[in-house]
Amino acid sequence: MAKYLLLKHYRGAPTPVNDVPMEKWTPEEISAHMQYMHDFAARLENTGEFVDGQALAPEGSWVRYDGEGRPPVTDGPFAETKDLIAGWMVIDVDSHERALELAGELSAAPGAGGKPIHEWLEVRPFLTAPPTITD
Amino acid sequence: MDDVLLRSLTPEVLGVLVRRGADFAAAEDAVQDALVEAVRAWPADPPRDPKGWLITVAWRRFLDATRADAARRRREDVVDEEPAPGPVTGVDDTLRLYFLCAHPSLTPSSAVALTLRAVGGLTTRQIAQAYLVPEATMAQRISRAKRTVSGVRFDSPGDVATVLRVLYLVFNEGYSGDVDLAAEAIRLTRQLAAGIDHPEVAGLLALMLLHHARRAARTAADGSLVPLAEQDRDRWDTALIAEGVGILQAALARDRLGEFQAQAAIAALHADARTAAETDWVQIVEWYDELARLTDSPVVQLNRAVAVGEADGPRAGLAALAELDETLPRHTAVAAYLHERDGDLATAARLYAEAARRSSDAAERDHLVRQAARLNARR
Repeated sequence: MAKYLLLKHYRGAPTPVNDVPMEKWTPEEISAHMQYMHDFAARLENTGEFVDGQALAPEGSWVRYDGEGRPPVTDGPFAETKDLIAGWMVIDVDSHERALELAGELSAAPGAGGKPIHEWLEVRPFLTAPPTITD
Repeated sequence: MDDVLLRSLTPEVLGVLVRRGADFAAAEDAVQDALVEAVRAWPADPPRDPKGWLITVAWRRFLDATRADAARRRREDVVDEEPAPGPVTGVDDTLRLYFLCAHPSLTPSSAVALTLRAVGGLTTRQIAQAYLVPEATMAQRISRAKRTVSGVRFDSPGDVATVLRVLYLVFNEGYSGDVDLAAEAIRLTRQLAAGIDHPEVAGLLALMLLHHARRAARTAADGSLVPLAEQDRDRWDTALIAEGVGILQAALARDRLGEFQAQAAIAALHADARTAAETDWVQIVEWYDELARLTDSPVVQLNRAVAVGEADGPRAGLAALAELDETLPRHTAVAAYLHERDGDLATAARLYAEAARRSSDAAERDHLVRQAARLNARR
């Protein structure tokens, strides 16, 4: 088994095919989208492949150490930051192909007009621990 | 076996151990061990005196642990004789535990966790699941909390307001995992109300009951939020409402008004309206005015603006809102609602979408996006 992080972006991903902001959808289309996401996670729990999923608020801060005895420097949010994570799902699957397959399904969640959003999701493998048996 | 009945004995048993001279942290561990043992042993062999059984087992566990500790330290002065329990009144012990677990030296998250374990008898695993953190993290939080209060004298009186704040936090966490925190908060507040005569304890209990009564109506089948005005009032729990109103009236009659009684009074006025249109908004505004005198919470001012909008029209509500800080959470959502009531759907839709972007609550964000979508679809 290998763990993968599926990342959804507010900003920074290539433009999806069906690119309409959610508040311009009909309420029924929003419900259908939510149901799809919910069913997807529930199905992965059933197959034993779901690990975790969280959504993030769009606004955050940048923080860094500013030397001994000084409070940390905070800044931002920076409008020019290209990448803004909206949320993630962690899955534990048998193969890289399976991770791609599931990300593809998630990207097919319905949006405006009930048609798939074709949203670009980022799939990142977790670094693993070394195997016990090496020869 | 009734898990809640078992757990309701927790604070008394713990109180007895502490009274016999066990330090709080060790006694608390011993009681947890005894609870686990009870869950294992009672189904096959139920004791005649559950409380006595728990005290005996917990005390034995405490002595075993103390002996093991002492052995590790190569010391011989082990407590061996079981001292006679002092003049125990279970209620007093329970009350002291509430105060200790909500001690002002604890952070809110520590006080909540310690209360749920030491007073509520929940396991660390259950508390961890309810708050969506790893069990090891919650175990550390609880053991640090116990160390923090270990120097506090068990017989020192506490401030009931700190206890009420902790119970309020537990109630507001609602429902996640296999533990119903709202129901647990109600149970703990009932237990507190049984042991202490205080109108604000009654006020908080009434507030919880009145809100709990609406729970089934508050979410739709798909999990989305249903606002108060659109809730199916036939799904409200009338028995809980009647109980809450009764408790509130008795508390108000004592003429020592507090924040929780005022909040409960507002909840009771909502509960009293058979339809949203029958809501007595004028009285609700008056209660918000009382509440604003008792607390400087800006949330109260925001909710008051909504009530003014209902009582005196959306323009009056917007005027009340204009006096408040625009950066307050939910300020934009309230503005959107009032503009919609005023018929300015374009502004309302724009503000709902903006409020959704600012929301820090997933269910609320979904709700606000839906509101924006609903208005955009109508225009």
